[in-house]
Formats: sequence, structure tokens, C-alpha cells
Amino acid sequence: MGAMIRVVVAKPGLDGHDRGAKVVARALRDAGHEVIYTGLRRTASQIVETVRDEDASFLGLSSLSGAHSHLFPKVCEELRKSGLNDVIVFGGGIIPKTDRQALFSCGIKAIFGPGTSTAEILNFIEVASEKDGIGVGESSDWYWQGV
Amino acid sequence: MNSDIVLAAKDGCRRSLARTLSALENNTLDIDDALSMLGETNTDSSQQSDWSIMAITGAPGVGKSCLVDKIISQWASQGKKIALLAVDPSSSRTGGALLGDRVRLSVVDDIILKEMVYVRSVATRKSSSSVPAVVSDMAKLLLALGWNKVVIETVGAGQSEVRCVAVADRIVVVEGPARGDGIQAEKAGLLELADAVIVNKSDIVGARKHADEIKESFELGEGQSPPVLLTCALNGDGCQFASDVLLNLQSTGRSSKARWRERLLSSLEQKILQNPHLDDTLSSLASGSIDLDEAIKNLNN
Repeated sequence: MGAMIRVVVAKPGLDGHDRGAKVVARALRDAGHEVIYTGLRRTASQIVETVRDEDASFLGLSSLSGAHSHLFPKVCEELRKSGLNDVIVFGGGIIPKTDRQALFSCGIKAIFGPGTSTAEILNFIEVASEKDGIGVGESSDWYWQGV
Repeated sequence: MNSDIVLAAKDGCRRSLARTLSALENNTLDIDDALSMLGETNTDSSQQSDWSIMAITGAPGVGKSCLVDKIISQWASQGKKIALLAVDPSSSRTGGALLGDRVRLSVVDDIILKEMVYVRSVATRKSSSSVPAVVSDMAKLLLALGWNKVVIETVGAGQSEVRCVAVADRIVVVEGPARGDGIQAEKAGLLELADAVIVNKSDIVGARKHADEIKESFELGEGQSPPVLLTCALNGDGCQFASDVLLNLQSTGRSSKARWRERLLSSLEQKILQNPHLDDTLSSLASGSIDLDEAIKNLNN
């Protein structure tokens, strides 16, 4: 039995819309991964503690409230502060194209907007898990630019 | 696996702890090796009067996770370091799992208590039972790393799912209200092995009656009756009392032979699941080229 990919799917901040997060969680489950869902309204440090205690290699953040430019960088910063540099972070939700570059610069490796197929997200996980040095605190500036 | 990580886990590094448990799960670390790195040996804690590993089991939806949250909060606030292994099922088709027990746990959000509590979601992976054999190794390691009590929350289990006795020193069965008439309580199975029964959702009609039926059923049997408690995990009624009773819970002693039977089956199952010829054998079985007796022979060779 090889190492399983463990993914935390989290909802940071004050945002009650989790249909998207559940769809992604379900797709990851059906692709054979182990998914830990945090539930709604988590703080950055709660999310980081979950990733740490569950030994997840991926973290998916979902935000539909418009606070992504504040919350996502905060989570990335706390991950680095806790020494979780090799965790690969991706995001999704209502995130305008104009906001994305800043998120990539802070260490997020993919942003999936409305209309993304779950196949693309699974494809990203597969590609990203083969790459070295693309964790949130690592040096690579690679990010997912679609298929 | 490097002993530095195991020793860092002993010194309180949560990330190293999580990594070490993953190594056990992924079969890259052997429990005996891990224990010897810590200067400990593999022992059976089930005979001790003070328990170390408790399994909380019961049907899906009776409120196990909420109740566990309330109970471990109480223990943590009394200064006990508690590790929770929350087991959820893996898909037998794809191997994936959605581990959702954390959603119900508020103790990990408590700024003081969270230092006293470690929660880890565990998927059953290829195991067919509600508690995979590796959970036993994970629990032993957590104890060796200085956690006082390990609580295992099983997959929502049916009437005859008794594998948890293989790994735990004490078994607590959680029931809900109005789960069948008095005859249900008389049936053989999980309830026979319980060291305590908790009827949760006591705010709903039928809870007290169900608790009384279970008590009566125990009184008809021989030996010491386990305590039967009423709780409402939602509003906290009865949870303080239940956590006190469970912390000092004694074994009813009814399960020692059953425990060894389940341990035997569990380790046999693990051997089959780790067999390198398993996939080939399953393919041959599915295509009809061999029968079950031949498959067993193949796996034994």
C-alpha cells in the first residue's frame, strides 16, 4: 500500500456556501484520495492546525464571500510560520481574474473558478503531486495554468 | 523511517506526531521499531484496571462524534492529554474516503483545551471492519508518546460489528432513542460486549424507555451489568456525569475471549490485505479462473 494523498478541504472566514467545497471533496474522494473536510467558518489558524494534525499534503481553500484576498494569504503565511512549507495550497470559489496573480505570488498553486470541471482539479492534484518544491513555503514559482 | 521524527513527536512536535502516524498507516514504520526507538515495548493494556484505550461505537447518526466532543472536553479540562482516532469508511470501489468527524468537534477550537487534545481522522482503507488493525498500532504509539488516553471513534457500526474489542480496553456503545422494541435489546451482538452503554439524544421521546429496556436486558444476564447512562450531547445534559463514569470505567470482564478472537481475525485479515499477491488473486477470482479454496491456497504460499 503506497502513501495515500490526504487533502484538507477548508472554508475560511464568514462564508456559509459550501456546495462547491462539498463537490470538490466528493470528486477527490471518488478519485481515491482521503479528504478531511473542516466544516464552515474556520479561522486561518484552525485550518493550519487541521492540516498539521491530519498530515495532509494538499490544502484546498474555498471562498465565495469576496474575502479571498485577505484570507488566503493569511492561511499561507500561517502555514509557513508553522513550518508546513511543503503543503500544496489551491483555492476556488468566486475569485476575479484580477485578484489571482497576487494569490499565486503568495504561494497558492491553482485557482479554480465557476465552471471548472472536477476532472481539471483531479488533473491538477495528479500533476502537482509529481512535482518537487511547489509547497507553500518552497521556492518554485510554478502554478497551474489550466489544461 | 528516521528515529529523529519519532523522538520529536515525543517532545511535543505535532507535525512529527502526524508524520509518524502516517508512516504506521502507510506501512513504512513498524510499531515494534517505533516503540523501541522510544525505549518501550509492545504490551497489552486490556488487563489493567485503569484503561488506556477506549472505543466508542454505535450505529451511524446516534451522535457518537458530538458525544465524544463533550466527553473529551471534560477530560482535557481535568488535565488529561487525550488523543482521538476518528475512523470513517473508505470506498471499497475507489479507495477514497471523506473524513468528516472534525466538523462536529469543537474541542479543537478551544484555545486552552486544544493543547491537550490531538484529533486524527483515519480511513478504514482496505480493512472490512469498523476498526482497521493499524488503529491498534496508532493507539499504542500515542500512549508511548505520552498521551494519557486514546479514544477510538469507530465507523457507524451495526449490531454484530464487534471488531473494536480487538483494539480497545473498554467498549462504550452509544444508542439513540426508540431504536426498536425490547427484543432488539435482547439480541446477541455488540451490546453483549459493552462495558458501558450511553443512550444519547435524551431530549427525544423514547430515550428513557430504551435505556430502561437495555438495563432490564442486562439484568436478565449473568455477571456484572454495565452502566447504562442517558445523555444529550446537543445541550450537554448528562455529559458531565457520563464523562466521570467513563473515565473510571471498569471492564465487565465479559469480553476477554471475544477480544482474542477478534484480535486473531484482525491480524489474519491484515496479513491477507498486505499480501503482495492479493490483487492478482482478486483478478483471477473475478474472472472465474480460480475458486475461493485455490485463492486461499495462493495467499498462504
